[in-house]
Amino acid sequence: MKLFKQFTIIIFLSFLGEVLHTLIPFPIPASIYGIMLLFFLLERKVLRIDDIREVSDFLIFIMPLLFIPPAVGLIDVWDELRASLTAYVTIIIAVTLIVMVATGRITQWFLQNQKEKET
Amino acid sequence: MNAFWETSTFFGIFITLFFYGAGTVLKQKIKHPLMNPMLFAIIFTVVFLRLFGIEYQAYNNSAKYISYLMTPATVCLAVPLYRQLDTLKKYFKAVMFGITSSVIITMLSVLAFARFFGLDRASYVTMLPKSITTPIGIGVAEELGGYMAITVASIVISGILGNIFAETVCNFFGIHEPVAKGIAIGCSSHALGTVKALEMGEVEGAMSSLSIALAGILTVAAASVFATLL
Repeated sequence: MKLFKQFTIIIFLSFLGEVLHTLIPFPIPASIYGIMLLFFLLERKVLRIDDIREVSDFLIFIMPLLFIPPAVGLIDVWDELRASLTAYVTIIIAVTLIVMVATGRITQWFLQNQKEKET
Repeated sequence: MNAFWETSTFFGIFITLFFYGAGTVLKQKIKHPLMNPMLFAIIFTVVFLRLFGIEYQAYNNSAKYISYLMTPATVCLAVPLYRQLDTLKKYFKAVMFGITSSVIITMLSVLAFARFFGLDRASYVTMLPKSITTPIGIGVAEELGGYMAITVASIVISGILGNIFAETVCNFFGIHEPVAKGIAIGCSSHALGTVKALEMGEVEGAMSSLSIALAGILTVAAASVFATLL
């Protein structure tokens, strides 16, 4: 009964996310509205983590699995990708690396500045 | 034979679970960053489909049901974020500054590479949303007139790269603050990277989850401006 209740809450929030996605004319998906809703409800203490703990732990645990079907779908776009393969592959790899390193370093620099001011 | 695969409800779900499970078992034996259960399952599923001449559509008719859990799973990322509410409040400025910078850096570097390779406008806007979560990325590519299938491919590949190399890259480039690591990972490789960030620690996971939402939303605005620059 506990798991049933938790699952129902999470599916209801996903549904509310879909409703917001339909009502608001921005390309923001249901899942992002859902995160904001759940975060807001937890922060306002309307929901407690205990109300969704086991099911949310499980869903986050199986998350990598959920990416497998769309990733396997890469085999279907291979022909389209091949047209500008070098450009696409370079951009994907280089930009991912550049963004990760630059964002990490910039955030860390800002944090350390803030910490120094505090001490 | 394809006729049966096309009508089977559980075949695609089963082989996805099977290969992922096999990858998880192997990971316990082989502790190498490249031994990633998700990557293992992707490769072996592709090989399996090719070997038996099964169309992706036939596989996905079944496997798509797994992916329906994506929205509820993403919603649950609010839980680690809420648990780190104090960290977020304390470092709010750094977090916002980091995420905003990441969006601008992504756009600028895609623009630079597009100029360098002489890409046409459609291919350029296809790459602009490559670092954000798939549902937002598809929306952006569609809005700007990019090739949506290639956008999805670039998003998935960025995510896989982040998932596999995040830890190595952070170590190599001296990114050791958990907050900075989480933001770096979430901004460069969205939910797929976040899975890794959650393994690294709860602060990393929470900041990465927040980055998915904020970087995604900021990209919607930034991409429409940057789309006019090529």
